[in-house]
Amino acid sequence: MPAGTLYRGREGMWSWVAHRVTGVLIFFFLFVHVLDTALVRVSPEAYDETIAVYKTPLVALMEYGLVAAVLFHALNGLRVVAVDFWSKGAKYQKQMLYTVMGIWIVLMAGAFWPVLSHAFHEVFGS
Amino acid sequence: MSVEITEPSGTPSVERPAPLIEPPRARTGKTPKATRTNFELHGWLFMRLSGILLVVLVIGHLLIQLVLDGGVQKISFAFVAGRWASPFWMTWDLLMLWLAMLHGANGLRTIINDYAERDNTRFWLKMLLYTATVFTVLLGTLVIFTFDPNIR
Repeated sequence: MPAGTLYRGREGMWSWVAHRVTGVLIFFFLFVHVLDTALVRVSPEAYDETIAVYKTPLVALMEYGLVAAVLFHALNGLRVVAVDFWSKGAKYQKQMLYTVMGIWIVLMAGAFWPVLSHAFHEVFGS
Repeated sequence: MSVEITEPSGTPSVERPAPLIEPPRARTGKTPKATRTNFELHGWLFMRLSGILLVVLVIGHLLIQLVLDGGVQKISFAFVAGRWASPFWMTWDLLMLWLAMLHGANGLRTIINDYAERDNTRFWLKMLLYTATVFTVLLGTLVIFTFDPNIR
C-alpha cells in the first residue's frame, strides 16, 4: 500500500467506510419501503401487486443483500457505541470488529435459506 | 448546557498570580451564534441511543417479515391488516419509522457535510434531504394511523 494515500487504512477505517455505505443503502431502501407500504391506503390490489415484485427471485437476492447491510450496520453500530462508552472500547476495537464479522457470518448463514429458499425453488425448479 | 464566560481575562492578584488564559473552546460573547448550542453533541448522542433501540426494532422486524412463517411470500394486504389490528405492532412500526428516518437523515446530513464542499451544493442537498425526510415521516405516520382494513 503506498504511504500517504489512505487515512490509516486497516480495520478502523474500513469498518467506518462500510458503516457509511451500508447506512446510505439502508436509508434509500427505507424511503422506498415507506412508499410501497403507503399503497395500503390506495387499495389492497395496488399493495399486493407491488409486494409481488418483492417475491421475485432477483428482488429476493437484493433482500438478502439488505439483510447483509442491516446486520453489519447494526452489529458494527454496537461496536461504535462500545468504542465511545466503554473505557476499553478503543483498545479492543479490532477484536470487536472481528467479533462483529464472526456474528455477521453466522447470522447471514442462518438467514440464507429462509430468505432465499423460495427464489431457489423458482429458479432451479421443484 | 452552554456555559457563557462573560468575565474578562482576570488581572493578576495574590490568589491568581498569573493572568488567566481562557480555555480554548470556551463559549464567549465572541462565539458565533451557529456554534452556541450543543446540537452536534445531542445529535451524536441520539445516533447511539436510537441505534441501540433500532437494533432491537429492525432485527425483530426482519425476523418476522423475512425469516419466520414463510418469509416475504406471506406478506399481503391481509397480513398488514392483521398486524395493524394490534396497537402493539402499530407502536412498534411507528417508533421504528421515526427513529430510523431521523437516524438515517442525521447520518446523511453528516455525509453531505463531509463530502459536499461547495456551500451551495451542501445547502441544497440538505434541503432535499430534509424535504424527503419530513415527507416520508409524515406519510408513514399518516398511513399507520389512518389504515383502514375495509378500504373498499
